Amino acid sequence: MDFPFLFQTMKTLLAALPMTLALFSLSVLFGGLLALLIVWMRVGGNPVLSRFARGYIFIFRGSPLLIQMFLVFYGLGQFGFIRHSFVWPALREPFVCAVLSLALCTAGYTAEIFRFGLRAVQPREIEAARAIGMSGFLLVRRIIAPIAFRHALPAYSTEIVMMVKSTALASLVTVWEVTGVAQRLIAQTYRTMEVFLCAAIIYLVLNFLILQAMALIEHRLSPHRRAAVSLVPGGLPVSR
Amino acid sequence: MQIVETLGFGQTGWGGLLLMAALMTLCVTLTALLIGAVLGAVVAAAKLSQSRAIRTAGGVYTTIFRGVPELLIIYLVYFGGSSAVTMIGAYFGYDGFLGLPTFIAGALAVGLICGAYQAEVYRGAFLAIPRGELEAAEAIGMNRLLRFRRIIAPQVLRFALPGIGNVWQLSLKDSALVSVTGLADLMRTSQVAAGSTRQYFLFFIVGGCLYLVLTSMSDRLFASAERRASRSMPAGIGQI
Repeated sequence: MDFPFLFQTMKTLLAALPMTLALFSLSVLFGGLLALLIVWMRVGGNPVLSRFARGYIFIFRGSPLLIQMFLVFYGLGQFGFIRHSFVWPALREPFVCAVLSLALCTAGYTAEIFRFGLRAVQPREIEAARAIGMSGFLLVRRIIAPIAFRHALPAYSTEIVMMVKSTALASLVTVWEVTGVAQRLIAQTYRTMEVFLCAAIIYLVLNFLILQAMALIEHRLSPHRRAAVSLVPGGLPVSR
Repeated sequence: MQIVETLGFGQTGWGGLLLMAALMTLCVTLTALLIGAVLGAVVAAAKLSQSRAIRTAGGVYTTIFRGVPELLIIYLVYFGGSSAVTMIGAYFGYDGFLGLPTFIAGALAVGLICGAYQAEVYRGAFLAIPRGELEAAEAIGMNRLLRFRRIIAPQVLRFALPGIGNVWQLSLKDSALVSVTGLADLMRTSQVAAGSTRQYFLFFIVGGCLYLVLTSMSDRLFASAERRASRSMPAGIGQI
């Protein structure tokens, strides 16, 4: 084992970590917001919007992310009206294209996850809320959203880990994040195993931390499923 | 009518090449699925093993190949495999760079990833077999091999079918990443066509649509296979 080389590689790769994290957090944020919009269209009851949402989900879940990213990065610049519009200074940047296509893609997957979460909300809970006079946004905020989110959380954490891995594709549109830098190091040194080891450790630690954080959120959101802690000192926990 | 000519099957058309490329994508994914099935069965057996060390080894495999970006694994197999092949070549007196054939590298890389996912699918399917059936088989004196062939394998395959369908869809999309090694799959051919005609938008849309055709067709296929496989099952378990 060549430890100085491993150490050096790790340092080079860690320098690219902020880029991976930026890609990840921005695309999860925008993708999540877009997913909320799409799931609202999907279940809102308007047939046109629902059909549109179905089509969106079908397209973005059915085709590879790489082709979507190339479509945004190479394809959009082909049109004069986009090149001459006000969005061009942003769309010219590889980073913006990468975040845009990552967000569009994850929105399709996340919308389906949120929809399955919504199905876990029982009609009687909504009826109860309506009976005490909640409606509209208050109903969503107090009753539907918390229950649906809690049910969607396990699948959503899988999707988030997928997103961490998907940021690697940004290297193919010339954004220098961890995988791109690793590829460059491999091509320069031909020491595939060592570079792979370092990059893999970075991703595995990142995913581990994210899964731990999600598990913590899940734990915090489901106190009603755990045995209540007895208030009597030394007493046994009482199961509900 | 220029589009018809560009996408047609004539001298200057890309239609034939794109269809060939779609076939290549199917071949790579199918090979990967078979490699993954063998690996997955072995890893699933490892994860269900009595021995703690073997269980840990299985866990390490699935953690690495599900937690590290697919692109990085493709780089590992392609560059690592190529340097191994070069080393073997040097041993036999050929001094120069020898590349691992891109089809083999791609199928192997996607197979390694899809093996990790399939391992989880098979493990879940095995655990879904009622314990009583295994005990009953043992009680009437079936040996291990017979038990596997008559009781375990048919049920595992049946329970695993929906999961295998998911893994297939995942691998189909992952196989697009193999294009970075230069294999003329659907992704790569769309890219080449887009570059040489400067019609980026058109060809990435067409490539994306062909992927959608592949994914939706295989979705149908798996749905009907599931119906067929569960026709003797009591209603209520895994009916669609």
